Amino acid sequence: MTDHKNHQIPTAKPSSIKTRFAIKFLRAMNKLNNKNKNNKNTMSEKHKRFLAIRAAAHASMASAVGPRRAWSRAVLRKIPNQQKQLHYSLMNKQRTRRRNIRRNRILLITRGNPNRENYDHEENEDEDEEEEDLRELVPGGKEMDFCRLLNETAHYIKCLRTQVQVMTNILHHSSPSNILYK
Amino acid sequence: MSSRRTRSRHSGSSRVTDDQINELVSKLQQLLPEMHSRRSDKRSAAKVLQETCNYIRSLHREVDDLSERLSELLENTDTTQAALIRNLLMQ
Repeated sequence: MTDHKNHQIPTAKPSSIKTRFAIKFLRAMNKLNNKNKNNKNTMSEKHKRFLAIRAAAHASMASAVGPRRAWSRAVLRKIPNQQKQLHYSLMNKQRTRRRNIRRNRILLITRGNPNRENYDHEENEDEDEEEEDLRELVPGGKEMDFCRLLNETAHYIKCLRTQVQVMTNILHHSSPSNILYK
Repeated sequence: MSSRRTRSRHSGSSRVTDDQINELVSKLQQLLPEMHSRRSDKRSAAKVLQETCNYIRSLHREVDDLSERLSELLENTDTTQAALIRNLLMQ
C-alpha cells in the first residue's frame, strides 16, 4: 500500500479507493459483529443486520471517495457522524458552487435553460425520462446539471463495481471452509 | 428558441457544448457491459442513459444480495477478525 491518503490526486486510482473501502467496510462489519453478540436471530433482527451492512457498504465507499465527488458528498451528508468532517472540506467548494449557481440562474433568465437544449426537440423528450431516472439513481443527481450528472454517473458506476468486487472477495475469503485456520 | 449553433458560439466556461455531452455519453457507454458488439456513435443518448440506469440498478441489486449473504455470514460465524487480516493482506 504505497498510496498516501493525503496526496492530492484529482482522479483517484481505483486501487487506493478499493483499499480504503475494504478497510472501512471491514471495520464497520467488525463493529456490527461485536454489537450483535447476543443476537436473537429473528426475522426483524436479520433484516436490520442486512440493512446495516448495506448502509455500511455505501457509506464506506462514499467515505473512501471522500468529498471530492458530488455523489459521495450527497451520501455522506445523510450520515450523522460524517457531517462535521464534510463541513470543513466543503467550505471552498461551496464558494465556487454558489458562484456557478448564480451564473446559471442569470443564464436561465436571459437564455433559457443552458443545459437542456443541446439536442433536437425530438431527442429531448426521449431523454427527459431517462435523465430523470438517472437523477434518482445517482446520489445527489437531482441538483446537478446534465454534464456533471454524466460525469458523476461514470465515477459512481466505477465505484459500485469496486464495491461489488471487494464485497465478493470478502464473502469468498470468509466462507466457512477458510475459517478453520483461525 | 436558440439554435445549437448559437449556443456554441456563445459558450463560456460554464456552458456545455454538444461535443462535450457526446464525449461524456460515449464515455458512459464504454462503461456499460456491451450486450451487442456494435459500438456506434449513432447510438442515441437516450438509449445509453437507459442502459446506464439499468446497469446501476443491477449493481445495486448485487450489493443488496452481497449484503444479505454477508449478513448471514456474520450471523453464523465469528469470522470478521480473520477476514479483516486476510483481506488486508490480499489488497
